Amino acid sequence: MTARPHYLPEGLPIPVAEPDGLSAPHWAGLRRNELSIQCCEKCSTWQWGPEWICHACHSFDVAWKPVRPEGRIYSWTRVWHPTHDALTNHGPYIVVVVELPHAGNVRVIGNLVGDVHQPVAIGTPVTGVFEHHNDADPAHSLLQWKVSGAAD
Amino acid sequence: MDERTLRGKTAVAGIGETTYYKHGKSPDSEFKLALMAILNACADAGIDPREIDGFSSYSNDRNEPPRLAAALGCKELRFSNMQWGGGGGGGAAAAANAAAAIATGMADCVVVYRSLAQGQFARFGRSAPVKTISGEGALSIPYGAMTPAQRYSMKAMRFIHDHGIKQEALRAIALASYQHAQKNPRAVMYGRPLDEEKYDNSRWISEPFHLYDCCQENDGAAAMILVSAERARDLRQKPAYLLGAAAGGPYRAAATAGNTPDFGSSHFKTVAPHLYAMAKVAPKDIDVVQSYENFTGGVLMSLVEHGLFEAEEANEVLTLPNLVAGSGKLPLNTSGGNLAECYMHGLELHTEAVRQLRGASCNQVKDADVALVIAGPMVTPVSTAIYGSEAALG
Ligand SMILES: [Zn+2]
Repeated sequence: MTARPHYLPEGLPIPVAEPDGLSAPHWAGLRRNELSIQCCEKCSTWQWGPEWICHACHSFDVAWKPVRPEGRIYSWTRVWHPTHDALTNHGPYIVVVVELPHAGNVRVIGNLVGDVHQPVAIGTPVTGVFEHHNDADPAHSLLQWKVSGAAD
Repeated sequence: MDERTLRGKTAVAGIGETTYYKHGKSPDSEFKLALMAILNACADAGIDPREIDGFSSYSNDRNEPPRLAAALGCKELRFSNMQWGGGGGGGAAAAANAAAAIATGMADCVVVYRSLAQGQFARFGRSAPVKTISGEGALSIPYGAMTPAQRYSMKAMRFIHDHGIKQEALRAIALASYQHAQKNPRAVMYGRPLDEEKYDNSRWISEPFHLYDCCQENDGAAAMILVSAERARDLRQKPAYLLGAAAGGPYRAAATAGNTPDFGSSHFKTVAPHLYAMAKVAPKDIDVVQSYENFTGGVLMSLVEHGLFEAEEANEVLTLPNLVAGSGKLPLNTSGGNLAECYMHGLELHTEAVRQLRGASCNQVKDADVALVIAGPMVTPVSTAIYGSEAALG
């Protein structure tokens, strides 16, 4: 990916933690190339998206644990119709729901980098690609995905 | 303890709509549209609007009951209700909440209403122009998954993958709505037919959805007057009895970032059995179906999860001839629905069900006694209702 350092153009809404800070560890983790997902200290249940309580045992002691950024495509879409000014004339892009076997099969949403016209298949193994937006204000990072074994 | 049920206790006595417009084209304000639809429903029922003592809506309708009651000079306001949850998921729940209020003596005459004027307010299919995003949106919007089409396409994609559904099945759902709309002068797409070639050549919005798999966005309002079954029998219209209703969602349906455990779903698997149990109706008893089309893929999953056919039968069942009133075994969206009549957030599906039970539809199903209305799928909470004629009450 030399042509485009970022998969989608600048100008989309920038992710920030909520005023109560619930998801702050996730966004901070991405800045240092780490995927951080919630895992209950008491019952070891993985949980995503973030919440203040473990949905399995009701413990409030929900920790953030680093997870190897490897997964499988659980579902996907190729978006053609731009619905934000920043995407006007950008062309199609691929969104994937990725299942994380190293985190109890919770899922995360990201983009599948590479050829926007590539065939996409549910079940395909994918590897995380940390995408840093250092010049954005505020600076932030996203987690994208590439087909495992594909070139960067 | 008496059986806890709404079956046959209330009925829709009047229905009303405004003219339906393309989005942003209403000459009237959203609040005025709501008033017009309510007055039309009262006139249809033969009820003085001042007798309305309850209001029920959904999807954060901006037209609040206290203001409506004051504007209409209602003698008193007793029930002021909003079903939580966005999208069109609350349409049937709004009718159920109205019926519950009447059945339990909290109100006597409740109007279910929905009004939309998107020229005045933001559209659903555009992302809001904000600089930063937090919470649920932060986990998808920066990745370009921001609108319902983009997010729900992935739910349909998973279901289609799991069950081998062909694009032609989705196409048939769109074609049925458009075909019905050609006989409905109220429909925004009246006089604008759709055929297979036009569908196939239409652009992708978000795979697997073509342009014609996606609902319109419109301006307009619709309303229904509910009263007790006894009262409805004395009024001028043939009553459409509420036989049953159910709302909600399955286990952790609202988990964010694609983490709904049963992801490839319309969210009706736990809800539909409650509906059938209350209505004392089986899928085979249903004469006509109105199923909310935010996207055709949502209709597909809704019909399967309401037990109308198995997922593996979808490619055979979902054909245009089978979905059209007159020729079809599964007449679907007989007014044109969200795709081709008007995106009235699905309330137009309820008014159409009432017309079918009165024998007054533009695409009348012969001897329609039981009508299923499925509200917006894939959101949480969803809701669903069955209406029946006097004969269906048994
Ligand atoms: Zn726990």
